[in-house]
Amino acid sequence: MTGLRAAGVLACLALGAYAATIVVRDPSLHPSIPWMLAWFAGALLLHDLVLFPLYAAVDRMLVHLPAAPVPLVNHVRVPLLGAGLTLLVFLPGIIRQGGPVHLGATGLDQAPYLIRWLWLVLAMAGASALVWVVRVTRRSAAGG
Amino acid sequence: MRIRWRSPIRGPWLTSVLGLVLLCALPLVIVTGLLDWVAYGPGQTIPADVGALHLPLLGWPTRPSWLFRLTQGLHVGLGIVLVPVVLAKLWSVIPKLFTALPRNPLRAAERATLVLLVGGILFEIVTGLLNIQYDYVFGFSFYAAHYTGAWVFVAGFVLHVALKLPAMTRGLRSRSFRTELRTPLAQTRSEPPGDLVAPEPEPPTLSRRGALALVAGGSLLLAGMTIGQTVDGPLRATALLLPRGRTLPGDFPVNRTFAASGIAPAAVSAGWRLELGSLRLTRAQLIALPQHTAALPIACVEGWSTQQTWSGVRLRDLAALAGVPAPTSALVSSVEVGPFARATLTGAQVRDPDALLALRVNGADLSPDHGFPARVIVPALPGVHCTKWVRSIDFTTSGPRP
Repeated sequence: MTGLRAAGVLACLALGAYAATIVVRDPSLHPSIPWMLAWFAGALLLHDLVLFPLYAAVDRMLVHLPAAPVPLVNHVRVPLLGAGLTLLVFLPGIIRQGGPVHLGATGLDQAPYLIRWLWLVLAMAGASALVWVVRVTRRSAAGG
Repeated sequence: MRIRWRSPIRGPWLTSVLGLVLLCALPLVIVTGLLDWVAYGPGQTIPADVGALHLPLLGWPTRPSWLFRLTQGLHVGLGIVLVPVVLAKLWSVIPKLFTALPRNPLRAAERATLVLLVGGILFEIVTGLLNIQYDYVFGFSFYAAHYTGAWVFVAGFVLHVALKLPAMTRGLRSRSFRTELRTPLAQTRSEPPGDLVAPEPEPPTLSRRGALALVAGGSLLLAGMTIGQTVDGPLRATALLLPRGRTLPGDFPVNRTFAASGIAPAAVSAGWRLELGSLRLTRAQLIALPQHTAALPIACVEGWSTQQTWSGVRLRDLAALAGVPAPTSALVSSVEVGPFARATLTGAQVRDPDALLALRVNGADLSPDHGFPARVIVPALPGVHCTKWVRSIDFTTSGPRP
């Protein structure tokens, strides 16, 4: 079993190293290799050392929300996560990065994305607040 | 450093459910991505030399005509939809990052391969998301980096699945999925003490089904904001934050504007001729040839697509006119100068009855942005090879296999 596991690890490392030869085969890519490695390292650390501390810290603050008949925590957490997720995925358009290529490819500028994202965040927050109000109303109607 | 992990729902069961989703979906993203490399065709793959790391380079078919639309739409769309699942999976196993490296060298090496797994998937997500939004802030070749990163990830992924499959099966069997879906917050308890489970958890604020719903909701939200880039009509606008949710008024998307091509307007006006070997044809002469109309998609490597009705001369008719009735390949060159200003078509692609040198789209002459005076449109061909502003077509009986 140990032999099999060791073979698996070796095969994995061998495939990874062989994959890296793709960028070595093309001399025109050689100057980019340090940058590719830097981006790979950045990607590796992106969640565990950047996103996780950020969202965990924000989530910890949610315990300080005032007590309410229906807990507020998930009604804040869900739209916050929705805002964070859409910001993360659609960041280039929202912060207008890559405008000239975007224009050349589509014939359009990046102007609408930020305001659209803000409306989306507002809509998610509004929907969450509305659901909370409905839950509070139903609870007080049921429980008196 | 000792961190107090607080979540009462983190544990093998939740990790296993997320792992199962990724185990089912990621192979589809990987295979459709590798198919894109094949679709570019012999001699035109990017990166060009990948050693043995590719799917068999068979001739890319022309049928069904929506094949590339489907494979590339799935690659990009599913890749986006899985972002919340990947992030949730990383959240679910993060306590492991802070455990001491095993003394056993084999275990330590296994742990080290997680660099390929986690670095690989996040590198692919980041470069992919930047590419479809035309943000080339990374400054290196997207194709080379994304393709290499894919195989680095595959190496880590295959080993991870092989090592963790038993743990995933145990995790899934440790609790009933149906019971979890019926368990509200008030009844949510920690999993039994063990791997990943917090020894001193806080009271729950979210049930396990709530956590799964949250991840699924994130995926659904992204799906709803992505699918629009592959459909025509008013629903396209639902891709609110993607470049391909928008088009110029009354138009359909292009992958390169005439202005961006850098072509001098005079080069594609009255003096323009189509070069077919020694033949020179004016646009009026092309219009006078038998015209064929076909509804065909333009599908781009960035995952967006659109179906339009194209009219023009069949490529096989042009081949016959050029004196090459049975071509095995065709080199199409654009008036434009640049890396994507030429494309080689296979014999099968030239011979398809719907493969056109299009002169008109939706009943009107092509606009400059759509390739006036003439552009190539071939069923299931990646959009980047549907050359616009065509200058010449060289039909040959040598070159790629038919």
